[in-house]
Amino acid sequence: MAVPAITVDRVSKRFRLYHEKYTSLKERAIHFGRVPFEEFWALSDIELEIAEGETVGLLGHNGSGKSTLLKCMAGILQPTYGEIAVRGRLAALLELGAGFHPELTGRENVFLNASILGMPKREIEKRFDEIVAFAELEQFIDNQVKHYSSGMYVRLGFAVAVNMDPEILLVDEVLAVGDEAFQRKCLERVRRFQKEGRTIVFVTHAADLVRQICDRAAVLDHGHMVGLGTPGEAVRSFREHLMQGERFEEVEQLGDASDEGEPEANRPPTQEEKRNLKVRLTEVRVEHPGAGERRYLLPGEPLAVRLAYNAVERVDDVVFGLAIHDVDGNLIFGSNTDFLGIEVGILDGPGVVTFETDAVPLLDGAYLLTIGIHSHDEVTVYDWREQRHQFEVMNPHKTAGGVYMGIRASIEKSKKEGAA
Amino acid sequence: MADIWRYRELLVGLVRKELKVKYKNSILGFVWSMLNPALYLVVFYVVFQLVLKAGIPNFAIYLLSGLLVWNLFSTGLPGATGSIVGNAAIVKKVAFPREILAMAAVGASLVHFVLQGAVMLLALLFFRYPPSPGFLLLVPVALLALLLFTCALGILLAAVNVYLRDTQHLLELALLAWFWGTPIVYQYRLVADRLGSRTWLYRLNPITPIVLTFQRAIYAKTDPNGVPILPAGASPGWYLGQLGAVIAVSLALFVFALRVFGKLEGNFAEEL
Repeated sequence: MAVPAITVDRVSKRFRLYHEKYTSLKERAIHFGRVPFEEFWALSDIELEIAEGETVGLLGHNGSGKSTLLKCMAGILQPTYGEIAVRGRLAALLELGAGFHPELTGRENVFLNASILGMPKREIEKRFDEIVAFAELEQFIDNQVKHYSSGMYVRLGFAVAVNMDPEILLVDEVLAVGDEAFQRKCLERVRRFQKEGRTIVFVTHAADLVRQICDRAAVLDHGHMVGLGTPGEAVRSFREHLMQGERFEEVEQLGDASDEGEPEANRPPTQEEKRNLKVRLTEVRVEHPGAGERRYLLPGEPLAVRLAYNAVERVDDVVFGLAIHDVDGNLIFGSNTDFLGIEVGILDGPGVVTFETDAVPLLDGAYLLTIGIHSHDEVTVYDWREQRHQFEVMNPHKTAGGVYMGIRASIEKSKKEGAA
Repeated sequence: MADIWRYRELLVGLVRKELKVKYKNSILGFVWSMLNPALYLVVFYVVFQLVLKAGIPNFAIYLLSGLLVWNLFSTGLPGATGSIVGNAAIVKKVAFPREILAMAAVGASLVHFVLQGAVMLLALLFFRYPPSPGFLLLVPVALLALLLFTCALGILLAAVNVYLRDTQHLLELALLAWFWGTPIVYQYRLVADRLGSRTWLYRLNPITPIVLTFQRAIYAKTDPNGVPILPAGASPGWYLGQLGAVIAVSLALFVFALRVFGKLEGNFAEEL
């Protein structure tokens, strides 16, 4: 491994949460020495070495401590224990346009902001045109910043920051701003930084982004580092931790639904509330026939969903349905026995329905299954489980997008005309 | 210290920002800074020289030479004290030597000082009032002492103010008392002659030697028409000694303030 650009040595950071903050003299005097506070470890015992030229992502959900770690690296916060050593000129993009003053013009703010970030004036003058061009604000640069739209504000902030020429760049979820075209431009700039051998650390909860641009990623959860490795591994471990939290919530929801609590007056009943349980799901199994011991699928592997049911009385108008949603709730796929031309016929007693596919054409992500048993006109719902089951796909390769295609590339070079 | 030097351009930039923001959208802009002392001058000239005809001769000139010093101190210090809290947005997001913010507040006051100095100059020309050439050389030294002292105290209070927001309000009161503890409106000799051998106690106020230097250089007379005003028979060397002591104390305070600031700085981002 090359020389470390950033060494994080057993860093812990404690915050004190004051229930009431006593910052005036009188309050301090009254509550002398008895200011109630709770200790809270935002980071505990983090160890991380980032090599020069490496791009490392810090993944974690809100409150995991990822931004705190970045702020410690930037020198804005000081760790309670441990040390952080940084080699090289560092620029931190914690908030775009931090320190822009609304009353000043764009031009004045560029100079002020860049010098706060530590750039000499001569250098700013040299790069000024480039900064303005990058932000696409040529026309408005002499307007007061308070008249800017939020997009313009952010663009200018980013333009200043990336033109700082840092050896180490710390980025805190700022890539998620601006319109799509500008985002692409930012990503391009980040890629150029990578090619130039600069070190980049960035904080995000967008797993896709990590996979697209990182060499390595660390996963933080409640201040602990729970994973460190290739983007693929890290994204998976991140998802696992995220899922744990979410599954917990699901259990509670299920409790609510099975209580058969009265639906709120003005809301139409959900599918789950409408079920009459004449045909009941007794077991749902999600199988990965090609995955062996693995708990996730690779793109293109087969998947089987087996539904065990029990019809407590004779029913003859039945359709079994299946829907797949991504974690954001978008419907990815949906089908049922009716669409597939299977006549279920008369049910009386237990049985098993199997949905199978030879290849799941999906990329990274956790996918949620919704299973329904209902009549052909979907008016009667026998049983319904809304997004209670899931399967996971992990893509070991670098791919962008959401769909898996077995794809190959080849190139054929012809001789230049007239060459010997 | 090295850090502060490296960021000197930022210091200039921040001072400029502060001034620009202050006078943005105002038509007269910097003229406002000059109108304040000009009005003082006119009022005191009319009241004390034309109407009351008593007390200190050329009172307007006397007053203004002391006020020049006091205005810098009394705008610079509160400005510096509130600078960290006021710039929370930057402090929380960017790492740079935050002392600069406090110093920039003092810097902005220095610009006002220069403008008011220009008014003073005009007044001297208008009244054909001759300053004392032998003492004028001491003015830059006194100014240096004033800046050092204001910055040092400002940096210290700025850090404390993050934790105890009362500091700002306490300072307002303290400055009021401080103003009357400094010979600006009344004459130094009024107090000094009464204290006798214990006058050094009175001069413990670091602003006093600075004000005295300005008065000696600009107002120039120690007892005009027999009214005792400034220290009698004091040579430039005496003033230089006094200023030297202030500078030495200020430097020590400056180092101490940077230490304290450095210690407290680590938690600024959390406390704000």
